[in-house]
Amino acid sequence: MNIVNILEEIEKVDGEIYERLNPRRAAMKDFFNMSKKITLAAMPLALGSLFQKAYGQTTPATVNEVLNFALTLEYLEYHFYNHAVVAAPGLIPAGTPAVGAITTIRDHELAHVNLLKGALGTAARPALAYTDFDFTAKNTFADVYSNYQTFLAVAQAFEDTGVRAYKGQAGALKGNAVLTTALQIHSVEARHAAHIRFMRQGGINGGGAAIKPWISLGAGGVANDTGITQVDAVYAGEDLDVQTGVTITGIATGVTKAKAVESFDEPLAKANVVSIANLFLKVPL
Amino acid sequence: MKNLQETKTQEALPENGNVFTAPLQRRSFLQFAGASAAAVALVAAGCKKDRPNMPMSSGVTLDFKNDFGVLNYAYALEQLEAAFYIQVASAPPSGFSANEKAYFQDIQFHEIAHREYFKKALSTAAIGSLEVDFSSIDFTSRTSVLGAAMAFEDLGVAAYNGVGVRLTDVNFLLAAGKIVSVEARHASYVRDLVSYGSFADLNTLTALGANNAGGLDAALTPDKVLPIAGKYVKTKINVINL
Repeated sequence: MNIVNILEEIEKVDGEIYERLNPRRAAMKDFFNMSKKITLAAMPLALGSLFQKAYGQTTPATVNEVLNFALTLEYLEYHFYNHAVVAAPGLIPAGTPAVGAITTIRDHELAHVNLLKGALGTAARPALAYTDFDFTAKNTFADVYSNYQTFLAVAQAFEDTGVRAYKGQAGALKGNAVLTTALQIHSVEARHAAHIRFMRQGGINGGGAAIKPWISLGAGGVANDTGITQVDAVYAGEDLDVQTGVTITGIATGVTKAKAVESFDEPLAKANVVSIANLFLKVPL
Repeated sequence: MKNLQETKTQEALPENGNVFTAPLQRRSFLQFAGASAAAVALVAAGCKKDRPNMPMSSGVTLDFKNDFGVLNYAYALEQLEAAFYIQVASAPPSGFSANEKAYFQDIQFHEIAHREYFKKALSTAAIGSLEVDFSSIDFTSRTSVLGAAMAFEDLGVAAYNGVGVRLTDVNFLLAAGKIVSVEARHASYVRDLVSYGSFADLNTLTALGANNAGGLDAALTPDKVLPIAGKYVKTKINVINL
């Protein structure tokens, strides 16, 4: 007889049962302690209580903090793209695949906003509107909504930052079911980032900036591979080539420093992400 | 590196300790419940079967009892991807442009770097080399190669996303996170070559666990990933403690 078998039965109905239970060792411990005190008749009730704890426990404050941080970034991205789609006529070349691509990305960012808002419920941060942002970053990118290339460059910075920001929070969500959802958002942002980079290069037709879909080493070995120094902060530390003590450069024939850097995307600490986001927020975080 | 391995092994010990103490806790609970448990149907469900715990004799074994199992799972997938891209890069389909050839070279080196990273990180705990079976892929056809590349990349993203929650070491979790976004960049690029603009077409990824309404990418648990990947592997992959 094994409680694991019972859990397996439940898993057939709820595939996430282990994810729900694992991070909640306390609930399991309570359950085992309780089992010493109760009578057999109360057994099914006790099991019910265990699962109620697994399913009904309120989200820890640190997790809410991570989710609200993510929500802020998703608001930023959503309003950035939405304004381009609905309020900047002529910015995105009409009749090109770019319209569909930017609309798709806008829709995903909105989906992320709604998902995070829903998960946070009453703990969600106050909503942010387009007017809460300054996407020129105090005129650093003055023509962001009139020059398509500037728009794409800022979009790339946002997407690459988004990927780094989610990665930076993975540790805080370790072992929590929320981690899987965060990872699912994280890789969508990476898909966006690669596509925006590909768009800057001119897409399948080429002819644009010398930017790869993956973050490479910049000219002269700098971490920023975009050639736009205003976004240096977005790429700080991306040139790392040692992973958990393993040096990647030269790990096999042909794996140069540039390839090593491309092979691993680096996280960005919350404070660094906040200082990037603050460039675009009228009221800083 | 060596030091890191040792540190990891030491860190893993308390985890093993938990594994040993957990059955004890269960036993004290069951001692009590076992007196006349037959009457309780729900408890009886717990008697159905024992979990198979014996390692198989042939092939490689992924033992998911700890992080090394997860890393070996990733190592297996990276071996598969690296072998595929090495073959593509060494003799690209005639329909590939110069740019595509260069980028598939890049991807080849990324996958080799991932494979070698896991091999080193796992050290003596690493599984052996897998023998691949790419008989279903026509390496002379651009369409066939791109289709296979897309399948590998999307599956890779789903695999990392679905297994991350099992990692207990925060540094390994981070390393997996650093790799999965690169796989997602590959997926985005390859998808754009297959059909420009399909870089994040989540509606086509629902079978891999994506959810378009939530803007969520693919995520699959290892038991779902391995049968799909198995099509390309000759070596028998045994799975325990999943």
